Amino acid sequence: MSATQDAQAQIPVTVLTGYLGAGKTTLLNRILTENHGQRYAVIVNEFGEVGIDNDLLVESDEEIFEMNNGCICCTVRGDLIRTVQNLMKRRGAFDAIVVETTGVADPAPVAQTFFMDDDVRAAARLDAVVAVVDARHVLQRLEDTEEAEDQVAFADVILINKTDLVTPDELAGVETRIRSINPYAVMHRSERCGVEIAKVLDRGAFDLDRILSLDPHFLEHGHHEHECGPDCDHDEHGHHHDHHHHDHHHHDDAPHSVKSISLTAGDLNPDMFFKWINQVTQVQGPNILRLKGILAFKDDPQRYVIQGVHMIVEGDHQRDWKGDEPRESRLVFIGRDLNWDVLKQSFQACAA
Amino acid sequence: MPTIANVDVKGFVVRAGFLKSCAYFATGEGDITLSDQGIQVLRPHKDGLLAAEPMNEGAGLITSGDDGCIYRCSADGSFELVAERPRKWIDLIAAGPSGAVAFASGRTAWVHLGDRRTKEFQHERAVGGLAFAPKGLRLAVSRYNGATLWWPGTDGAPSELSWAGAHLGVSFSPDGKYLVTAMQENALHGWRLSDSQDMRMSGYPAKVKSLSWSAKGRYLATSGANAAILWPYYGKTGPMGQTPLQLGGRPDILVTSVACHPKEDVAAVGYQDGSIVMCRFEDKAEVPLRRPGKGPVSSLDWDSDGMRLAFGSEAGEAGIVSLQE
Repeated sequence: MSATQDAQAQIPVTVLTGYLGAGKTTLLNRILTENHGQRYAVIVNEFGEVGIDNDLLVESDEEIFEMNNGCICCTVRGDLIRTVQNLMKRRGAFDAIVVETTGVADPAPVAQTFFMDDDVRAAARLDAVVAVVDARHVLQRLEDTEEAEDQVAFADVILINKTDLVTPDELAGVETRIRSINPYAVMHRSERCGVEIAKVLDRGAFDLDRILSLDPHFLEHGHHEHECGPDCDHDEHGHHHDHHHHDHHHHDDAPHSVKSISLTAGDLNPDMFFKWINQVTQVQGPNILRLKGILAFKDDPQRYVIQGVHMIVEGDHQRDWKGDEPRESRLVFIGRDLNWDVLKQSFQACAA
Repeated sequence: MPTIANVDVKGFVVRAGFLKSCAYFATGEGDITLSDQGIQVLRPHKDGLLAAEPMNEGAGLITSGDDGCIYRCSADGSFELVAERPRKWIDLIAAGPSGAVAFASGRTAWVHLGDRRTKEFQHERAVGGLAFAPKGLRLAVSRYNGATLWWPGTDGAPSELSWAGAHLGVSFSPDGKYLVTAMQENALHGWRLSDSQDMRMSGYPAKVKSLSWSAKGRYLATSGANAAILWPYYGKTGPMGQTPLQLGGRPDILVTSVACHPKEDVAAVGYQDGSIVMCRFEDKAEVPLRRPGKGPVSSLDWDSDGMRLAFGSEAGEAGIVSLQE
């Protein structure tokens, strides 16, 4: 596409999620004070009680914009679009952006903003979604709220904080629970967010880096595909309601809790695969929190990487398959109420 | 032959234009460069500048920044503080009649009246744009799901115009009969104010960020496509059912900025690659004004005689095109 979508020119964005009191602001202040030489523009939702010491600090009231008839997959953060556009008028004043979300924020509109809005896409790329969880309270939060589960499910990096306040057994229980929701995120333990900043920032994690063991130079020149259905007008499928009606059922864990699945196959037929993934995301998008994958297409010497949030799917050629590397297609879904058997069979039916 | 005089600026040119004979170039880095007999650079804001709007009749330039300040700058190089909202990023401003200045941050809009009274207007959702009506002290605030029309001089009840979605930039037609907004989706929305009739102007591949009314308000020129799109507004029903005029079409480059000539049926069209042309409505004839540069054209405006065109780009390029020797 246009030269402005050069990955080199895009500003990396780190999104911090986590419940109130989990330690987001502590982590933010560590980032700002410890990572010398990097200048950050920081977007916060509210000025909290803990001060944030940074030159370029923007307070931004969360503004959810629903586009295309209110499809949840097309919700974006209008305030973020505006703030990123304003920051681009001072392109020389910072090197990276950190977005701190409110404790109860649904991470999807934040992530979707970086795919749905063309101006934001051209200017910035999502580096990683980092969830800070409080080891002492996270299990209760996960019981009580869907947002907590969404935050864990969406994360590329999960920082289990305040580990000094729980016993080793309790910590093991927390890690098991978090892994059951999102086995693909990179997990770190910390006390008072004392984690090496390099483990949190500039991860290229949203670009699948660690999760599917890619090399970090992911977004090379190539065509992008932005697929977001014909006006996202998928209400006729009735899935629009699925996200809402289970709000009151989160205690009966089993049917609606977040699960993940990893699908594998050899070489794929690209025509069949794109048709399939479009259909899956159109119909089941509201239930798909994240999807990520590396694909081998028949007669294609290059690895194709794909990622998505709800109904948005984005893919690009990455690099040549290495000689000693098995040509394997791998696709990971994290979501709710998905029929894994059907997904597995239909994915494997795309084999070349 | 048109000639170009480049003007040295640093940073993203947020706004370029003229205060009477004096050209101005306001950049995101906070510099306001004035070019008249000589060059002057003002820096009223502590840090960056987010928006700049000329006052009526070129009486001054209103600027706002991330320091929460709004300044009025004059062509002689002086400036004064108009208002301040500490810690707010003021990124939307509009200049109105009798020295009135409107500005907004988040969900609140304020109008600073010429007599130094200030009115505050709250909205349920974020303000996307501000515009004063051509006549009378009336302010349009575009917002999520529509626009609100306020009477800042009196306490008259506001009028609400509804259309689902996020409305950003906003503009009145010069005859005051229509209000047009640019949306988050790649479309314009309009209302005929006499009866709130909706008008949907769509088909753009990108967001519309630049709007300019032609002489006598006959056309509304817009960016956001591979040509300048001009919607006709001279009939009784405005653009409804009409095909827009397309000027300066390019196969693979977007138009990023437009400025209609103040007197003739001619528009200056700036592109993503930094090039600028001038197009005549009648026969779509083009005159090249500037070759491609380092970044997209971010601002264009004519002087009141239509003999000079000020331009700026996102990549810190600026200058003045003169149509006569």
